[in-house]
Amino acid sequence: MTEIIKLSRARRGQEGRIHAVEAIEDNPADALELERRLLEFGLVEGARVQMIHEGPVGRDPVVLNVEGMRIALRRHEVRGLSLQLDEADTAA
Amino acid sequence: MSASMTTVALIGNPNSGKTALFNALTGSRQKVANYAGVTVERKAGAVRAPDGTPMTVLDLPGTYSLRARSPDEVITRDVVLGRRPEDVPDVLVVVADATNLRLVLRLALEIKAVGLPAVMALNMYDIAERQGLRIDLEGLSKAIGMPVVTTVATRKRGLDDLLVAVQGVLASTAARPSTWHEPDVAEIRAAHREASRILSAHVRPPERPDTLTGKIDSVLLHPVAGLLILLTLLFVMFQAVFSWAAPGMDAIDMGLGALGGWVAGIMPDGLLQSLIVDGLISGVGSVLVFLPQILVLFLFILLLEDFGYMARAAFLMDRIMGGAGLHGRAFIPLLSSFACAIPGVMSARVIDSKRDRLTTIMVAPLMTCSARIPVYTLIIAAFIPRETVWGWVELQGLVMFGLYAAGIISALVVSFVIRKIFWRGAFEPFMMELPAYKMPDPGSVALNLWQRARIFLERAGRIILPLMVVVWALSTFPGPPPGATGAAIDYSFAGMIGRALEPIFAPIGFNWQMVVALVPGMAAREVAVAALGTVYAVADAESAVGTLAGVLSLQWSLATGLAFLAWYVFAPQCVATLGVVKRETNSWMWMWVMVVYMFALAYLAAFVVYRLAVAFGLG
Repeated sequence: MTEIIKLSRARRGQEGRIHAVEAIEDNPADALELERRLLEFGLVEGARVQMIHEGPVGRDPVVLNVEGMRIALRRHEVRGLSLQLDEADTAA
Repeated sequence: MSASMTTVALIGNPNSGKTALFNALTGSRQKVANYAGVTVERKAGAVRAPDGTPMTVLDLPGTYSLRARSPDEVITRDVVLGRRPEDVPDVLVVVADATNLRLVLRLALEIKAVGLPAVMALNMYDIAERQGLRIDLEGLSKAIGMPVVTTVATRKRGLDDLLVAVQGVLASTAARPSTWHEPDVAEIRAAHREASRILSAHVRPPERPDTLTGKIDSVLLHPVAGLLILLTLLFVMFQAVFSWAAPGMDAIDMGLGALGGWVAGIMPDGLLQSLIVDGLISGVGSVLVFLPQILVLFLFILLLEDFGYMARAAFLMDRIMGGAGLHGRAFIPLLSSFACAIPGVMSARVIDSKRDRLTTIMVAPLMTCSARIPVYTLIIAAFIPRETVWGWVELQGLVMFGLYAAGIISALVVSFVIRKIFWRGAFEPFMMELPAYKMPDPGSVALNLWQRARIFLERAGRIILPLMVVVWALSTFPGPPPGATGAAIDYSFAGMIGRALEPIFAPIGFNWQMVVALVPGMAAREVAVAALGTVYAVADAESAVGTLAGVLSLQWSLATGLAFLAWYVFAPQCVATLGVVKRETNSWMWMWVMVVYMFALAYLAAFVVYRLAVAFGLG
């Protein structure tokens, strides 16, 4: 059984596949816009993602390797995304 | 541009080498202007197909989707959809980074719905080959329904093939009516699945993937080392602006001095000689002399941009700037504002959100633009001794660094206040792609640098030259009455204006000559230097007291010099910037907010500095 975590809680080095994509914003219009942008950058269900860098202040923003592309984003932008960790990461 | 000529529009993701391809195709035959009504740069150029057919090429702002989110992307969408009458493309060229196809494939699928004939240019193909990336060109072409051509823009490879393919697709495909609509989330997901399917069917992953970018990033994005490198880079940049530019500045200074002397020698004394030597040559010369510094600054910015560092800087700065209510992406416009607030304000378009953009625009003029350099250099040369502190840091450079820091800190404070007053809790995404590092292409850097130099020179010619004549006239007419004892300028219009405004500026330690210089200095900051030169050169024409800095150090107290510096950190002394702000915000209100808050800060800062300096006995 592999572990599913919030992508916004992931730490540097953790990797896995995007389990679910949902954008969380107070304003429904903002949420829809955020979801489209996340999808446009390739953060779709099933995409392979690894967190490769964390920002200097408060470990934010972060850089994700999304299927070979480097996408920089803020943690709270991906708080609606869940990540299914690979076996090795779950064990650790 | 004739209606019959074929127009080719280049569209692609940011960092796909689109502009490099545009430069390779058009060379120097390109025109940079603005789209009507908006300030998005419109880059159009001429190119000839191998058979001699002339075509027009358009370079459109990079985008991930036709679903426009920023003014830049609105232009891209409108041109692609044929909604801008000045640019109706006949053929679309989808420019793809061959090593990074996923997102552009989705864009290509969207482009197909537009119905125009299209070609895909697989750019940076040499890098893909070096990585051992295998692309089944024929299969890919069939899957996306458009011809695929490989190009290496930086080496001008594949350009003829691309143009032939453009002609071919134009001859064989009729434009269909557009069926494009804004994709909803389900459609974006479906398009991604389709793009993934195409990718796995026709592209074999690289045998030797780019590991260099990852290695460089592990240093440059390191939480501690990365920030230190960023700060060091900025510090080196400002030291370089001083030391590298010095020989060029000396040469220009000497050349113009010799020219002035030569003209004075061959022309009879009188009004015309005074106009040319004191007005034109010394006036424009005192501005032209800063061209080397501006070039050094732009060289740094262009190299960092081409190298791929700018996005990293935005990443490192986001949280720090976010504390002040600024978007990490505002880093790029604000950094450009170090060269000039105008491109800075304009490049704020890369920020999707209206609120973040407006905040960035409002504080951009607080960043120390290159037009302040002449003013700062002059005052520093006059009042700060040429010494070295701590063994290696030039004191003058250190003061300059301090002035830059004052600009940055005040920008952060003002944006924090704007955010607190005007909008609270508004959220805007930061998301951006970090491009692979690339060696900057010397040709394109040179071309860009030349364009910047030309903009500066045109500005010097068109705005500053006429102003210098006005300043000269104001400080020459009317001439002193017979038997007058004071300097000629005491009796001129400039003297009258200066004396009339003097009471307002007396509390901050400004004398009337300075007030005279501030008036034309409204047109552009650097004009103040030229105006001071004219005011003092005319006033002391006979005694010929060395350089302007020498004159100032004798005429002003240290407190006055420091107050003048403080004034210039804040004062909105640039009508051109205000004009751009009005245009970019599409509002007189925001422009006036800027004018008022900046003058208020300038007066306050100069007042505090002057009073403190006087209290410490420097008056």
